[in-house]
Amino acid sequence: MRPRKATIVRLVLIAAAVGSLEAACRTGLVARFTMIPPSEMVVSLFGLFRSPDVVSDIGQTLTAVGIALAAAVLIGFLIGALLYAVPRARRIADPLLATYYAVPVFVFYPLLIVFFGLNAIPKTVIGFLYAFVVMIINTLNGLDRVPGVFWKTARVHHLGRRDTVVHLILPCAGPYLFTGAKLAVMYAFIGVIGSEFILSSGGLGYRISFAYNNFQSDVMYGLILFVLMVVILVNMGLYAWERVLMERRGGR
Amino acid sequence: MPDVHALGPIDLSLQPGEFFAVVGPSGCGKSTLLEVIAGLSPPTQGEVLFDGVPVGSFVPEGIGVIFQDDASFPWLTVRENIAFGLKRRGTDSKTTRRLVDDALELTGLGHFADGYPAQLSGGMRQRVCIARTLVLQPRLILLDEPFGALDQQTRLLMGDEVLRLWRETGASILLITHALDEAAMLSDRVGVMSARPGRFLDIVTTNWPRNRDSTIVTRPDFGQITSRLWTLLRDQSMKSIVETARA
Repeated sequence: MRPRKATIVRLVLIAAAVGSLEAACRTGLVARFTMIPPSEMVVSLFGLFRSPDVVSDIGQTLTAVGIALAAAVLIGFLIGALLYAVPRARRIADPLLATYYAVPVFVFYPLLIVFFGLNAIPKTVIGFLYAFVVMIINTLNGLDRVPGVFWKTARVHHLGRRDTVVHLILPCAGPYLFTGAKLAVMYAFIGVIGSEFILSSGGLGYRISFAYNNFQSDVMYGLILFVLMVVILVNMGLYAWERVLMERRGGR
Repeated sequence: MPDVHALGPIDLSLQPGEFFAVVGPSGCGKSTLLEVIAGLSPPTQGEVLFDGVPVGSFVPEGIGVIFQDDASFPWLTVRENIAFGLKRRGTDSKTTRRLVDDALELTGLGHFADGYPAQLSGGMRQRVCIARTLVLQPRLILLDEPFGALDQQTRLLMGDEVLRLWRETGASILLITHALDEAAMLSDRVGVMSARPGRFLDIVTTNWPRNRDSTIVTRPDFGQITSRLWTLLRDQSMKSIVETARA
């Protein structure tokens, strides 16, 4: 199927699903108490932006995600590069990396609250813990795929260590690093919002949980829609960027 | 991993503007020889001189290397690939543009200047690497089985290209190859190496005119040269196969 046709089919399917949900909610097939119609979710979403508390929660969540993401990308990349440079350390770390995501990181959340208090730090740390290993794995993946001939070419062109990394290794490994960063965005969102759900004094997860516990369906669904929109838009933007990078290389 | 004694004693002197090929059985140390000459691997004993200056563990200015593996940079256009070394040298943009345009024309890549390597065939990507080397105007070009991944027809045509570039640039060329016909067709002299540790069994002079191309493969004396090369290599190749099987 051609990409444009696939896009049209995809949009039609989404529109059909949302339309069906709208109809099911409007006709009472789905109780209003359970779910409000999608059109009301959109109205609720725009109404929420008038609330200073919600705007503050959005700010708190995005700040925590941003910090967790930046730390995960930077530290994940540095650890990945270090493990690549020290094969012995990599042999030790490989099984740990392979099994890392089997560990439910959220179990450490209470511990982090004990250490740091009920503030933005524990949820940021959870976001980081979720995101940084995927960056390590993709950094290693990218560096492993740098052809040996590039290192020799660097020497033929008299590149120093820094220039070799900046002008050859990073651009070559770029798509894999980008994939790591893209996944880290999603993991950071999951970690931060999930933590806010469990125990927090602010943030989108906290606000959704609060609305749920107080039967504020319109607020809850408006916020869920907001989270979905943000995550989908960020992901789509990164996906489009990644596609441009990969198209140039013809999948190489 | 145990140390491998890749090369035996080698005594070789290349003349300016000469085309020299090295053939030998698999694993005889041909590529190691190239890396030693290039300054990519230091010799355990002995010395390599380039223009009378010892080659250490750095590639000297004036030596260009083209590898068998595709070394074109997929994130750069053909033009940017060719300009890579010039930019790293700090060549001004006007000169870079002129030299890159010349190299594009010389290698027949003009129509693909703004394309990416992924859009080119294997042979054309190898041309990009050749152009990237030529643009730096090396006095010695080392070719490490550069056509190894190409089909026979493309290899013959690429051979013609290399001969033309060799004549036009006036550089010396040292070609590492396992293809006897390629060595016989392209070179002024062919060094035949023994099985590992590699040393020269003989150096065969072809006496081809400088203005030659791939049509010489139809000449009777071409057959005589390849026969001579194979006669020298046959036992060594058998020895290499037996040693590889033992290992």
